[in-house]
Amino acid sequence: MSIDKEKIKHTAKLARISFDEKKIESLSKDLSNIFNFIEKLSNINTDKVSPLTSILDQTLRTREDKITDGGIRDKILENSPSKNEEFFIVPKVIE
Amino acid sequence: MSDITNKSLTQIVDLIKKKEVKSEEVTNAYINNIKKGKKLNSFITESFDNALTKSKNFDANPNYESLLPGVPLAVKDLFCTNGVRTTAGSKMLENFVPNYESTVTTNLWTEGAFLLGKLNCDEYAMGSSNETSFFGNVINPVKENTVPGGSSGGSASALAADLTPATIGTDTGGSIRQPASFTGTVGLKPTYGLCSRWGIVAFASSLDQAGPMTKTVSDCALMLEAMSGFDPKDSTSIDKKKENYSKKLTKNIKGLKIGIPKEYRVDGMPNEIEELWEKGKKLLKEEGAEIIDILLPHTEYALPTYYIVAPAEASSNLARYDGVKYGFRSSKGSNLIEMYENTRSEGFGDEVKRRILIGTYVLSSGYYDAYYIKAQKVRQLIKNDFDNAFAKVDAILTPSTPSAAFEIGEKKNDPISMYLNDIFTVPVNLAGIPAISVPVGHDKNNLPLGLQLIGKPLGEQTLLNLALCMESKSNFKQKIIKWWEKN
Repeated sequence: MSIDKEKIKHTAKLARISFDEKKIESLSKDLSNIFNFIEKLSNINTDKVSPLTSILDQTLRTREDKITDGGIRDKILENSPSKNEEFFIVPKVIE
Repeated sequence: MSDITNKSLTQIVDLIKKKEVKSEEVTNAYINNIKKGKKLNSFITESFDNALTKSKNFDANPNYESLLPGVPLAVKDLFCTNGVRTTAGSKMLENFVPNYESTVTTNLWTEGAFLLGKLNCDEYAMGSSNETSFFGNVINPVKENTVPGGSSGGSASALAADLTPATIGTDTGGSIRQPASFTGTVGLKPTYGLCSRWGIVAFASSLDQAGPMTKTVSDCALMLEAMSGFDPKDSTSIDKKKENYSKKLTKNIKGLKIGIPKEYRVDGMPNEIEELWEKGKKLLKEEGAEIIDILLPHTEYALPTYYIVAPAEASSNLARYDGVKYGFRSSKGSNLIEMYENTRSEGFGDEVKRRILIGTYVLSSGYYDAYYIKAQKVRQLIKNDFDNAFAKVDAILTPSTPSAAFEIGEKKNDPISMYLNDIFTVPVNLAGIPAISVPVGHDKNNLPLGLQLIGKPLGEQTLLNLALCMESKSNFKQKIIKWWEKN
């Protein structure tokens, strides 16, 4: 299966990563090879198989609905590349 | 005293408990080795001041009751460490200093160990040779110019070079077992859910599992005992009592049934690996185990399945790196979307971007059923293969890798040939079961080779016992000459 340059551009847009033309070209080649390799899966009939949803035998736990953590705004802001005292700062979104 | 850093973790713990050596002496000995071992590039961040302070505190007020009393440990730089930067081998997290500690490292520190430094790894643990790290290649101490394997390459390199008495890695598709095999060390990937994932930088959440990397099988049992355990903060953590793996360790493997899957005999596998596999079978048989041929019919589909599931989960997990909350932010871009795109383009390396694209593609509208759902169905078949096999056998013996350590650059530009390196390790992650790589021999170039033992869910004790047997019978000895200490 070939992953052409248009597909790479569309997927890159979805993934919010930008690439230059040269890189798109090489990615198209790499991904086409990788998808040819993956294509092998179409050899197996899986009509009667349910997709695996969890490899654990246990079901997800529930817990008592009480607050165990929180009130750590300053700690959360500590690692932000751009912030003021209360908020993350991002480029202007609304004109 | 002779060089303490040649000793195993278990021996060091014994010496500290018998008061024959002080924690500070041990710590200084490792710091000295790390300073001489810069050429290996196995450390991203050193934590010497912390280690020396903690060792002095231990010596002043020792507690010999814990499992790892006064032991300095370096860990893979994928574990968040409070106040010590955690990079995941990426430019994206070059300056990230967590203000919390991963559960697994917390468990180690609770048992008396302390942090010596953070070890290099492939970027976001995506790689099989430690060549994708933003902080540069790691060298295999076994031979200059060879890779230590990946993604826990820094961990394997530092361990084999005596720069840390033991370490921990993470294993999503072989990232503990393959580097262990390449460096002549022991590496164990536990059952999914045995060790908490909380505070580990995420790659593929349904596959990721932390585990010990050690010089001996006894060390491996000790480390697993210290790091494992139920954690309410990880929703997939298994709620069960902690096991005393080291106390229960025994070489008595009489009557255990060992499966040999013929599907692991792949084209182009060197004779030496075939011979090693035979040697392993013979050793276990001599100790009273029964060797049985088994089938794992969907083995050939494991890698294609993995290369859908792992990138799909990675693309979702790595969506969080947007330059807003933490990590790198690009200074370019006139609006929010451009800022995101530039941040992710500049912050991620090539392999990570490649996998994000694969993952985004297989999850995108129109392709989701054909790829992702298909892969999860095949994953079920792979798991069924193991369930059927374990109805007949107690463990499965295979080679750890299809080759010994390769040269730096050899596979770098061919993603598929790099991915094929994980052909024997990936099925285990897909099935969520435990496996251990044990060094058993060398190839004609004196490069170490390992065998893998695969176990039932929560069958770690059986694996450790079999591994202990194989270790003592194979009489494997490291052949490392410390070439990096010479000028």
